[in-house]
Amino acid sequence: MSISGSGLLAAVGVLLLGVEACTQPNADVILERVDRNMHSENRIVESRMTIHGRRGSRTMTSRTYSVGDRQSFTEYLSPAREAGTKMLKLEDQLWIYSPPTDRIIQISGHMLRQSVMGSDLSYEDMMEDRRLTDVYTAELRGEDFVDDRETYVLHLKARVTDIAYGSRTIWIDTERYVPLREELYAKSGQLLKRTSFSDVMQIEGRWFPTTILFKDMLKQGDGTEFRMTGIQFDQEIPDHIFTKAALRR
Amino acid sequence: MLLALRLAVRNLIGAGLRTWLNALVLSFSFVVIIWLKGIMVGWDHQAKNDMTDYEIGGGQYWHHLYDPYDPLSLSDSHAPVPSHVKDEIQAGDMEPVLVVPGHIFPRGRMQSVVIKGINPAQTIWKLPTGELDADTDAIPAMIGAVMANGTRLGQGDRVMIRWRDTNGTFDAAQILITAVFSSNVPSAEAGQVYVPLERLRKMAVMHDQATILTFRDGRSQRPEIEGWILKTKAELTRQVDDMIKAKTVGQSIFYGVLLLLAMLAIFDTQVLSIFRRQKEIGTYIALGYTRKEVVGLFTVEGAMHAVLAAFVATLYGLPFLAWQAKAGWTIPMEASEFGMAMAQTLYPVYTVGLVVSTALLVTLATAVVSYVPSRRIARMNPTDALRGKLQ
Repeated sequence: MSISGSGLLAAVGVLLLGVEACTQPNADVILERVDRNMHSENRIVESRMTIHGRRGSRTMTSRTYSVGDRQSFTEYLSPAREAGTKMLKLEDQLWIYSPPTDRIIQISGHMLRQSVMGSDLSYEDMMEDRRLTDVYTAELRGEDFVDDRETYVLHLKARVTDIAYGSRTIWIDTERYVPLREELYAKSGQLLKRTSFSDVMQIEGRWFPTTILFKDMLKQGDGTEFRMTGIQFDQEIPDHIFTKAALRR
Repeated sequence: MLLALRLAVRNLIGAGLRTWLNALVLSFSFVVIIWLKGIMVGWDHQAKNDMTDYEIGGGQYWHHLYDPYDPLSLSDSHAPVPSHVKDEIQAGDMEPVLVVPGHIFPRGRMQSVVIKGINPAQTIWKLPTGELDADTDAIPAMIGAVMANGTRLGQGDRVMIRWRDTNGTFDAAQILITAVFSSNVPSAEAGQVYVPLERLRKMAVMHDQATILTFRDGRSQRPEIEGWILKTKAELTRQVDDMIKAKTVGQSIFYGVLLLLAMLAIFDTQVLSIFRRQKEIGTYIALGYTRKEVVGLFTVEGAMHAVLAAFVATLYGLPFLAWQAKAGWTIPMEASEFGMAMAQTLYPVYTVGLVVSTALLVTLATAVVSYVPSRRIARMNPTDALRGKLQ
């Protein structure tokens, strides 16, 4: 049995495609590796959020304690006007304590769609804690460069109806498995928001982007910059932090 | 009584310039009060007519969760159109409107809007909804002049609009402004974008749903519909009534000041009259007049100022009021800033009741003011009065 020239070429092609398929991981595998970097049992983050508006920028600092994706407690430290404001998220519920009024308000229903402190982020964006693989079907669309880093381009399409964004595209660093860019789209395919991740650092053995820029693409302005000034993973966080009583403390 | 009237007229005419000055001042009150009240009545008519023509029709049914003052509740305030009103909708006597919250981004500035889905073929309102039936790649949309001024959008402009469907998923697309209308009803214009009903139902995945059902005929008794709240025209225009009531109270102070000035003049005239005509008063009593009759004579004489004022007011007020009814009064500031149905130019409407009530009010006030100083006559000693002795 002899092998013709074209048959040989086809065989080599199939073999090469197979090798390519083997070197390029599956989309779900990529997301899982991203999860390993981005998610932790718990963490304590000190951050600085700068909201760039039309009339200038304002910066606020905060400290956040979180356990997994389901519990988090944030206390704003500055400026003086916001200092003492606290937010508690337990599962799918969110409470805010405001010192001037000394009241705890539950943010629910359509109030979740409001902006957090005038930023480009909504409470709902903050509350989203479902894993991407649970609500989206991921597809690897190829490779691209973001800030001179080689990335995988993953396109995620919603497979559930009760979700804010119909699809998203994520650029994931091929070496460090952290997202470098994310774009959120409307059902029509219109780009709504872009998130840029930078200052990727190795912290306690994992790669982690410490600066995130959120930008509402339909709005003017330079977006909201979220810079993590200190981050500690897998710390002992007392349970009483995640109680409503802690809001008034 | 006839004699009293004759005497009163003779005395008034005899007083010359003083009488005419009093009558002139009083006539201002007549004309200004009638004009201002006419403006209020005209505003009431115009506001209710415009609201009927551009917003409320003959009345509405609201979805039980719909609250126009709570934008956070808008996403939940929709339900399928009740089956038993479908015939009325088919006949064009009822129009369903779907309300969905959203945002537009004119020149990159985010602005909250209410997206209203409306039937382009409707005939209940005077809105130019036919312009929504346009062949375009964008979503055809219509906005009010208030919204157009605020966003600097005009006919033919395109702008991005973002909304969420019934599941909360974001969607966004370009809208093309196919018409800009002016209605004098800020609540039908401010922050509202009108798009074709069926298009919005598709956009929001709310098939056959509505938030408001507006009917044409407001006179007939409407049945209750479960899950919907009946809002009659009277209820929907109550804010106009309340506003006019509040404004009328404010204006009453102005009327009061005007009347007070006129009444002061008449009071002074009466006091002077009684002081200077003591011999005349004594003569009346000597001729057999009772004190009461003399008081009545002076009161009638004072009250006659109101009659003369009405005559003077007719001379110059009638042409002025007639011209105002035709030309109207243009408010010297942007009427839409009031936040209420109000035209830039208000046309006063004068009713018979308005004129009669104003005339009665002024005459009664004049009679009272004339009577008060005349009471002194009752305390006069007729002999001293005859002698002209000061009392």
